[in-house]
Formats: sequence, C-alpha cells, structure tokens
Amino acid sequence: MDPMELQQMIERALPGAHVEVRDTTGGGDHFEALVVSENFEGKGLVERHQAVYGALGDAMRARVHALTLKTLTPSQYQNRR
Amino acid sequence: MSSASERIQSTINSNKIVLFMKGNRNFPMCGFSAATVQVFEELGAPYETVDVLADQEIREGVKVYSNWPTIPQVYIDGKFVGGCDIIRELYESGELQTIVKTAMSAPASH
Repeated sequence: MDPMELQQMIERALPGAHVEVRDTTGGGDHFEALVVSENFEGKGLVERHQAVYGALGDAMRARVHALTLKTLTPSQYQNRR
Repeated sequence: MSSASERIQSTINSNKIVLFMKGNRNFPMCGFSAATVQVFEELGAPYETVDVLADQEIREGVKVYSNWPTIPQVYIDGKFVGGCDIIRELYESGELQTIVKTAMSAPASH
C-alpha cells in the first residue's frame, strides 16, 4: 500500500497529529512511521502504539507486514530537534 | 487441551521474562525478533522464548491477549511490555534495565 494512505489513516484517528510515513523497502508492506500527537501526553509507549495500530485496523493485519513506530508528544518532538 | 490464553498466561507467570518470537534465540526467523533477542542477550538476564511459528494457536492468541498485532512481544513479570521498537527504546533510555532488575529481585509471581 501507499505510505500516504497509511499517513491519512493515522491522521484521521489522531486529529492534529504530525505524521511521517516512509516505505523502507519500496515493496509497499514495510514501513517506518513517526507520529507526534498531543493525545500521547501522559500515556505509556504501549498505549501510544496501540492507538496507532488501532487507526490502521485491518490494514495492519492484512496489508502491512512490518511497521517501525516512533511515537512522541509535541514537547518530546521539540526536544529532539 | 487448555485455551491459548490459558497457556500464554501460564508461560508468562512461570517465567520472569518471556519473548514470543519467530524462531528461537539461536535462529531468529525475522529481523525484529532477532533485534529483540539481541537486547536481552546484552542485558544478560535469563529469558524464555516461545516460537510462534511452531504454534499457530499461540501465534494468533498472543495478539489477542495483549491487543497487539505484531510479533515479537515481550512480557516481564507477567505484564506486556512491548514489541521490538518499544524494547529498543526502553533499552536505549535505560528504563528496560530498571524494569528487568526490579523483576529479577522480586519474588517469583507464584
């Protein structure tokens, strides 16, 4: 699938999030995503990743073989730059 | 035969650290499983592995158990801690070392 499609699915589920998705192999099934969202504030990594997986729903099972995830709050993102 | 979730529960309750993975520690069958094994080898704490490729019921059951769609999955002290990305992130920040140390020094869960 197209990385843009994944990006839009995540953005729909987490309004206002900054999302970057990259196809790591060019094969359309291995991806790397950076998701920056206020919704992650006060949440652990498991909950953050579950929110992203939830956004992808069946696509995660059927069409995405691997997704490397980085989930940050806006302040964590600022500190990294 | 007990259900998948009962078998998963029993495995994670009788081992401090359990890694559900593809293949085993000597022959990981996936890069993400291999990377996770690598972290625990570096930590040096004893850990158990379950090869999900050898057991379809566990392979699907563990995804339901933790509400987590991918393998590998790591459980410490009976609790789901994360997949490959989270384990690496926690290891790099030093949090994983603390979690493992706490688990090792606590009495066995049963």
